[in-house]
Amino acid sequence: MLQETGTEWLSQEVKTGTTIIAVEFDGGVVLGSDSRVSAGASVVNRVMNKLSPLHDKIYCALSGSAADAQTIAEVVHYQLDVHSIEIDEDPQVRSAATLVRNISYKYKEELSAHLIVAGWDRRDGGQVFATLSGLLTRQPFAVGGSGSSYVYGFVDAEFRRGMSKEECQQFVVNTLSLAINRDGSSGGVAYIVSIDEHGTEEKVVLGNDLPTFFDQ
Amino acid sequence: MEQTRVPPPGKRLKRVVSPVSLYPSKPLCLSDRLSLRAYIANRVTDKLTPIHDRIFCCRSGSAADTQAIADVVTYQLGFHSIELDEPPLVETAANLFRASCYRYREELTAGILVAGWDRRKGGQVYCVPIGGMLVRQPVSVGGSGSSYIYGFMDSNYKPNMTKDQCLELTAAAVSLAMERDGSSGGVVRLASISKDGVERRVILGNQLPKYSTH
Repeated sequence: MLQETGTEWLSQEVKTGTTIIAVEFDGGVVLGSDSRVSAGASVVNRVMNKLSPLHDKIYCALSGSAADAQTIAEVVHYQLDVHSIEIDEDPQVRSAATLVRNISYKYKEELSAHLIVAGWDRRDGGQVFATLSGLLTRQPFAVGGSGSSYVYGFVDAEFRRGMSKEECQQFVVNTLSLAINRDGSSGGVAYIVSIDEHGTEEKVVLGNDLPTFFDQ
Repeated sequence: MEQTRVPPPGKRLKRVVSPVSLYPSKPLCLSDRLSLRAYIANRVTDKLTPIHDRIFCCRSGSAADTQAIADVVTYQLGFHSIELDEPPLVETAANLFRASCYRYREELTAGILVAGWDRRKGGQVYCVPIGGMLVRQPVSVGGSGSSYIYGFMDSNYKPNMTKDQCLELTAAAVSLAMERDGSSGGVVRLASISKDGVERRVILGNQLPKYSTH
């Protein structure tokens, strides 16, 4: 770091280092992400919203290469629009996740992005799908991104089925805060999106409002 | 961005260690698997090594390297303690580890946690990671499985816990790490060190707390 000329970041790939999380509760889902985008050791965007809408009640959380993840999300947003017009009703979360998975699997050698797809539909309620490396699996909750390694223990210990929406939101904020503290590629603010049958709610928790722990 | 390090040939000792410092006693806790890439060489290793009566070390990294360093430090500390004619300080033991780990940093792969009790400062935990740094911390984790439990330790550790709370926390943390880390597993070994001595315990696989989320 002492001999940096200051321009390495111009030639390094832009990654959303990241911590992302999606949790299912009875009646909906809560998604959360941090807001840091890094190119090497530089933070190129400290307020990026990594929770991207695929449809009114279906969102995805982006991680990995920023360009790859954004492009997948845009393509699937378009494909889902067409699909929902064809079937003349709101699409299922599983359909959105399948579209993401198809792209991730077909181009898995060229792409390096992991999207978590979560939302609410009338048939199965709140659902969370992981699409890492082109698999498709439904899970009660999913974490992803470089910061997720540090919080696997925490989420394994603290997650319970049957939490309320507010408890889920608190769980997501705590998890993001812990990951941000340990992972150099995660930081900034926390974006939280809550989706249930009544609608979608987007919230921002600023840095100084995040929960703190014993060593802060 | 993450860099993957190619492990050197030879046995790789990977697991989770988490001593928690607590006045006056301190539980040490390790899981047990010694792995040679995909082959488990020993599924009941004891990675908590006594260095002196009330000083233990937790070993991670290359099994050969850490065993060799621990043997050297045990000898040096024993000699020093006889010269002084009193029990050695935990900080002294930690500095001996650091001296070896730093001097031979190019050749070694050793992450060590030194923990114990002495009359001057009570219970202490010192972290000597790969590279040979030395830092005292109230709580420390190490090994390949440690990444997964940083969040859990940050949120659940509070200063001034009792001995039983510490033991429960370390056992829970190691269990969680064992569930996620392929190189950690087997049994959980605990050691609690205080002015009254050392208490050792083993928690077998079927007695571990269950954290299944599926």
